[in-house]
Amino acid sequence: MIKEAKVIFHNGKQYIPDVRNVKLKAPFRGRPEISNVKVDEQALIDICPLGAISLNPISFDMGKCAFCGECAFAFPEKIKFTQDYKISSNKRENLIVKEGENNFIQFDKEAIRLEVKKTFGKSLKLRQVSAGGDNSCETELGAAGNANFDMNRYGIEFTASPRHADGIVVTGPITENMAGPLRIAYDAIPEPKIFVLCGVDAISGGVFTDSEAIDRSILKDIKVDLFIPGNPSHPLTIVNGLLDLTR
Amino acid sequence: MNKLDSILRIKNNQSVELQKIETLTYADFYSIVLELLKKEENHCVTYFAYRRKDDLQFIIAIADDKNHDIAILSHILKARKKQELNSLTQSIFALHIFEREIYENFGVNFINHPWQKPVRFPHNRADKKLQINDYPFYSIKSEELHEVGVGPIHAGIIEPGHFRFICNGENVLHLEIQLGWQHRGVEQLFLNKKHNLQRNLLAENIAGDTVIGHTTAFAQTMETLANKQISEQLHLERALALELERIAVHTGDIGALCVDAAYHLGANVFGILRTAIINFTQLWCGNRFGKSLVRMGGTHFPFTEDLKIELLQMLAKYEKQFEEMADLTYRLPSVQNRFDFVGTVTKKQAQLVGTVGLSARMSNIVKDIRVSHPNIAYLNFPYQTITLKKGDVFARFLLKKKEIRKSIAWIRNLMEHFQFDNKNTQKPDYQLNLKPNNLAISLVEAWRGEVCHCAITDENGDLSHYKVKDPSMHNWKALELSLRNVEISDFPINNKSYNLSYCGNDL
Ligand code: SF4
Repeated sequence: MIKEAKVIFHNGKQYIPDVRNVKLKAPFRGRPEISNVKVDEQALIDICPLGAISLNPISFDMGKCAFCGECAFAFPEKIKFTQDYKISSNKRENLIVKEGENNFIQFDKEAIRLEVKKTFGKSLKLRQVSAGGDNSCETELGAAGNANFDMNRYGIEFTASPRHADGIVVTGPITENMAGPLRIAYDAIPEPKIFVLCGVDAISGGVFTDSEAIDRSILKDIKVDLFIPGNPSHPLTIVNGLLDLTR
Repeated sequence: MNKLDSILRIKNNQSVELQKIETLTYADFYSIVLELLKKEENHCVTYFAYRRKDDLQFIIAIADDKNHDIAILSHILKARKKQELNSLTQSIFALHIFEREIYENFGVNFINHPWQKPVRFPHNRADKKLQINDYPFYSIKSEELHEVGVGPIHAGIIEPGHFRFICNGENVLHLEIQLGWQHRGVEQLFLNKKHNLQRNLLAENIAGDTVIGHTTAFAQTMETLANKQISEQLHLERALALELERIAVHTGDIGALCVDAAYHLGANVFGILRTAIINFTQLWCGNRFGKSLVRMGGTHFPFTEDLKIELLQMLAKYEKQFEEMADLTYRLPSVQNRFDFVGTVTKKQAQLVGTVGLSARMSNIVKDIRVSHPNIAYLNFPYQTITLKKGDVFARFLLKKKEIRKSIAWIRNLMEHFQFDNKNTQKPDYQLNLKPNNLAISLVEAWRGEVCHCAITDENGDLSHYKVKDPSMHNWKALELSLRNVEISDFPINNKSYNLSYCGNDL
């Protein structure tokens, strides 16, 4: 017993008291900022392996971005990554960062369904479905509940059965082979329910976008309640996104 | 036997012109492969087929741990011939997975293959009519036995796979694991993507828990094909990242096993310790999993003397806490009781199914690419492999602890004897020109075991085939064997003690 107590004492307080205000250190790459500096625009677009950068005005789609950092290395005067990890949103278009506009990523509070806040504001149980995820987002979703990030303190947890869940968190580009099981799991969740896409692969397909092995047709008829960018999404991004959606 | 002497042999991270690879008749191929694989020091690191015009060219790579080289053999199956071959698996069971893959991809029938079943239901499989739900499970007709099906979606936050148990009461007689749910078309995408940065990103996403293992194999393969010289420093940086990846995952696995033994103190503390390691990786490259760190030809994130100070401080703290926690955990009777003599795979079984990496070492098989086929990093800073004898859950649990210690010692030694020179860094180079008509192979000892990447170029120096092998391909069978005559409730601890990759298998 004494030995156990010692272990606890030596490890000290591990949880992050305020998950909303943590200072992460560079080179962690969070929300990018695009300056108004003129650069060779075509070269900038061409450098991105995932087609996340587009023109008029120059904009940067975090839903397509793997945060590999190549654009910032090639054009440091144009693109700078901040350490702002609060980059989730309930609106897909809010993940797009534009030239010269250095704002925080917005949540469209109006668009959140009333029952989501009312029902899940104090307790949210989620079912995770990996549909071609590479096990990094999955690991970070697990980490969101560990002793450091301790998402459970907000009543947010992952459950074993979809029957006990209030929503689904999808990781991976949604493979053809998982499209069926994902649909079954979604249908098994009682209403009201939320649908969350976690990580670049889930949001846009990522590097697998044009693979013939994926089937994203389920997204045509399910409304997505939350987009959590990242490759993988950082646990702080996950926790903050879920909090913003539900309270 | 002069046939054996004249076999083409290359080193790890070497390339060879395609025309130097002699195509044998299948009869010769068959007998030479059998001859080679009879010896304990040899094992198959990859065996695949690819289309050349209309015909199928087969390539097998057999690593020789004694001579530290890799034998490359080939044969061709003409399109006009009947698409069937005598199965090698009937003599060398470890080849089962490779023949199954070829059967699934190209419809080649392996005569007398004992277990010719689909591997992953890839989008470009030969028989598109066969759906993933049609998998032909083994079953036993009996009134006393019942079957339990689990998955593809599991109870935790874990990748999908289907497990079919045949049970006698609580006792498992047989487990069959059906994978493929995660198939994303990785190998085809390596060919479709024309920009090397995209390919690099793809390698990074093969298995998110083996980022360094797979990207290092990718980078080495491409650098080999381009004759690109890499500094010792860069090799060492990659090896350092590889060892950190090993420490992080092993620590997490020890914690996960504590969860299943209902030992929550251990579960939490090992979880915290894993965080320390991956947060260091984030401090180094901005990503907790090392994504963006390993790039072809160089890196954007060279290791520095400043990082060295941080790393040594972190490790000192980690080690103190780890040893304190491990001291308690590994002596705890309830933990020992839970893991001891459960899920045993004997050395003979492990050899038979061809396990690699940790799954081999826990059954007293010395298999470690860092020792048998080292690159410059492990030549200059050697690593000594540890093996255990028992082959049960406890052996896997214990081996993870021992390997963590070994990796820390390796890192310490490196930090002590190598000065990282900030002026001597190499930037990534995505414009590498690949040699035409060549084959290159790279083996890397990732935390699960050997990762193998093999690439072939066409006459224009573009990739014409890219083959990825995650160690899980070899090791899933070991998990199935572990479940023989085990209570079904012991499945989770067995599963976690291996922690095999679904996406690495499904690609
Ligand atoms: S960081 Fe994002 S936008 Fe920039 S190059 Fe990489 S994927 Fe493209």
